[in-house]
Amino acid sequence: MSATPLRAATGSGYDVERVRRDFPILSRTVHGKPLVYLDSAASSQRPLAVIRAVDDYESHTHANVHRGVHALSQEATAAYEGSRERVRRFLNARSTREIIFTRGTTESINLVAQSFGRARLGPGDEILITALEHHANIVPWQLVRDATGCSLVVAPIDRSGELIMEEFHRLLTPRTRLVAVAHVSNALGTILPVAQIIAAAHARRVPVLIDGAQAVPHTRVDVQGLGADFYAFSGHKVYGPTGIGVLYGREELLASMPPWQGGGDMILNVTFERTTYNELPYKFEAGTPNMSGAVGLAAAIDYLEALGIEAIAAHEHTLLEAASAALGSIPGLTLIGTARHKASVMSFVMQGIHPHDLGTILDAEGVAVRTGHHCAQPVMDFFGIPATARASFACYNTLAEVQQLAAALRRAQEVFG
Amino acid sequence: MELKDLYRDVILDHNRQPRNFGRLDPADALADGHNPLCGDRLTVSVRLAGDTIADIRFEGKGCAISTASASLMTEAVKGRNREAVHELFGRVHALLTRQEAPADESLGKLAALSGVREFPSRVKCASLCWHTLNAALDQGGTISTEGGNESSSAGAT
Repeated sequence: MSATPLRAATGSGYDVERVRRDFPILSRTVHGKPLVYLDSAASSQRPLAVIRAVDDYESHTHANVHRGVHALSQEATAAYEGSRERVRRFLNARSTREIIFTRGTTESINLVAQSFGRARLGPGDEILITALEHHANIVPWQLVRDATGCSLVVAPIDRSGELIMEEFHRLLTPRTRLVAVAHVSNALGTILPVAQIIAAAHARRVPVLIDGAQAVPHTRVDVQGLGADFYAFSGHKVYGPTGIGVLYGREELLASMPPWQGGGDMILNVTFERTTYNELPYKFEAGTPNMSGAVGLAAAIDYLEALGIEAIAAHEHTLLEAASAALGSIPGLTLIGTARHKASVMSFVMQGIHPHDLGTILDAEGVAVRTGHHCAQPVMDFFGIPATARASFACYNTLAEVQQLAAALRRAQEVFG
Repeated sequence: MELKDLYRDVILDHNRQPRNFGRLDPADALADGHNPLCGDRLTVSVRLAGDTIADIRFEGKGCAISTASASLMTEAVKGRNREAVHELFGRVHALLTRQEAPADESLGKLAALSGVREFPSRVKCASLCWHTLNAALDQGGTISTEGGNESSSAGAT
């Protein structure tokens, strides 16, 4: 399934209008106004190439995988396993045995928590996370803590929303058994120094899980180059479908881990006395998987790489700079999260206007932003606020949309007098 | 969908200057309300004379709709007994959710909330204070707009 061979990104410029034409939803209106979609950090939109790849699979290829000898089953298996190979190349993993399809980042992290965590941790052991984590990289570890008696240790952040590395080093101790950190903070956009984090952890022989949900759409990820032991991401944040995600795991680790869900596909042989588990990666894929989702994810990766991740990142950086300038000039607006290295996320609060009211007023102007705690309540607590408004930028956003956001925020100030 | 129907002058005024803001101590009835989706939290405390609300205060952090609704509620329920409060909540709930419900003249200033019905995602903001007051009058404790507590307290409507 080849994506539209788009070469919108060139050395001389990035043709965002051409990119926009690939995303059918961007031509719709909301409340009579053109849609200004600034919520891609929650879920990105899908290009036609992804929609068509899923449709093509459903219309021509679908049957159950890994089972039948009939033609469709073999074609579906080829499509599903071809998608796995596409993900392997995307992450530069050594082997497809290291690529496990899941429902998304959340399930990927839960898999590691339930399999690796439960089997290996006990009282006196520590899991080290950061204060920037999404609930999906907090709660699974709390479940492990409650089940095993291990401890959850949280490395603090500073007022700019950066991880305090001295504290991280101090909290990384002989008791640490696993480090689990975000690559990019979903609430603030902070890019964490994951290479440094991994190097420090590996110096103590501590494996590292990276929650890459917010990083993969914006930065090239090379799991071997990074040295990550586990890397998790979701399809729907990288222009792919919902309900499909990936856990990369280093083969030696995955091989030593017990299955976390039992069922079909994850077994070689079953009797009532004992079951022999299937080899990697199937050991961790119980039940019929999300084949059309995997096919859509592969198409999304094709699309992303055709545009060029570096070109997208450069475009998004331009938008982020423009938004910082435009929003920074609005009196009473405070940016939350001002790390030196940020992905294209702007979290902010406005004096006298609750984020929820901002969200409604912006929506009336056709501008979609996320408001709330962004599944990162500890981050909100740290800044002493109940919620923020968050605008996030993707490959299809424009400088004009940044100005529309600023205009809508001024409108909110008019409404509230 | 008109913003000025939602953010009427009465709403903006009660948001800027909430009435009966604070906490009664001691209180005869008290409950916390929480909307985990947007982070709104409020506490309603009540002093009773027999079955009648003699005094009421609320405190907390929330959006303009939630703050103004709580402020308006405290003004509206003072001097009413439990049954009258339940009955009033029923009419407010209809105002917030039913397209055909006309703004009932007897609702007084509460009628300013009628714009909320055009914004379904904001209904919970406006009703949180009422659910919290109900919980306070019933047994106290904490209610949430999400989960079992919501359905049980919403059942009062």
